[in-house]
Amino acid sequence: MKAVVTVMPKPAILDPAGVATARAMEHLGLKGVHSVRIGKSIEIEIDGADPSSLTEQLHEICHDLLSNPVVEDYKLEILS
Amino acid sequence: MKVAVIQFPGSNCDTDCQAALLFFPGVTAEIVWHKETSLAGYDVIVLPGGFSYGDYLRCGSIARFSPIMAAVRLAASTGVLVLGICNGFQILCEAGLLPGTLMRNRDLLFRCETLHLRVENNDSPFTSVLHQGQVLEIPIAHGEGRYFADAETLQALKANNQVLVRYCDASGNVSAAANPNGSLENIAGICSHGRNVFGLMPHPERVCDLILGGTDGRGIFQSMIDWMAAHKSNN
Repeated sequence: MKAVVTVMPKPAILDPAGVATARAMEHLGLKGVHSVRIGKSIEIEIDGADPSSLTEQLHEICHDLLSNPVVEDYKLEILS
Repeated sequence: MKVAVIQFPGSNCDTDCQAALLFFPGVTAEIVWHKETSLAGYDVIVLPGGFSYGDYLRCGSIARFSPIMAAVRLAASTGVLVLGICNGFQILCEAGLLPGTLMRNRDLLFRCETLHLRVENNDSPFTSVLHQGQVLEIPIAHGEGRYFADAETLQALKANNQVLVRYCDASGNVSAAANPNGSLENIAGICSHGRNVFGLMPHPERVCDLILGGTDGRGIFQSMIDWMAAHKSNN
């Protein structure tokens, strides 16, 4: 099975890399950029065909390892 | 006093910490590999600076699951002194032994310079020989040192006097201009609620000998040594 975890800084958290990237986009002529947020996308391939048996464990791993709940939110998608 | 300096893959201040500690009479300091599972017999544990696991994922996020961390957690729960410097501070936050987290510096720069710290509280095993308001000159070297905690956590930190050091100017003024990384309220180091776990971004081990440019780091280690001596004689 395959899962994709998207980790993003929480909305209230300053993302300086996002701010710098937004500025670069403006320099490149893109008008009206008011927010750029940079996160991570983590693709996981795991043996086993039954996603439901792993969902709980994957959520635990998202919470404990893949994201820092103090400043980040995550989204877990099971693709197959 | 017997100190364990934990070595993770990517630690690079481990031998500096060991060398700084060995300046003090009566101190033994051993490097302990992160795959070890026991810290029995050690009075103090130091998590040194560096780039454990290459800072992959987030600084300290993988080291926090190293086998030794269960022993660090156990030791911390029994009152053993735990000092985390730079990457060590990041690991302690990731492990939940200290609240909050360290994020990418506000200006995205890796800041490597000597700056000033104000001792905010000397009622701790790590600052007891220092004076409240004392200004120390200690170097920093980090790209991810912007301390952040939510409002509730920050309130609790301040209510319990857990903020031990803040970035300041040479006169001791805590100002935005003296903040190298955008840390919340210029926070450079905090201790745990039980006061036996201390994490800071600056490197006291780098200023323990005049030949290295200063001795302002010694007060932190001396505080720990004095606290241990008092603590041991009380038992």
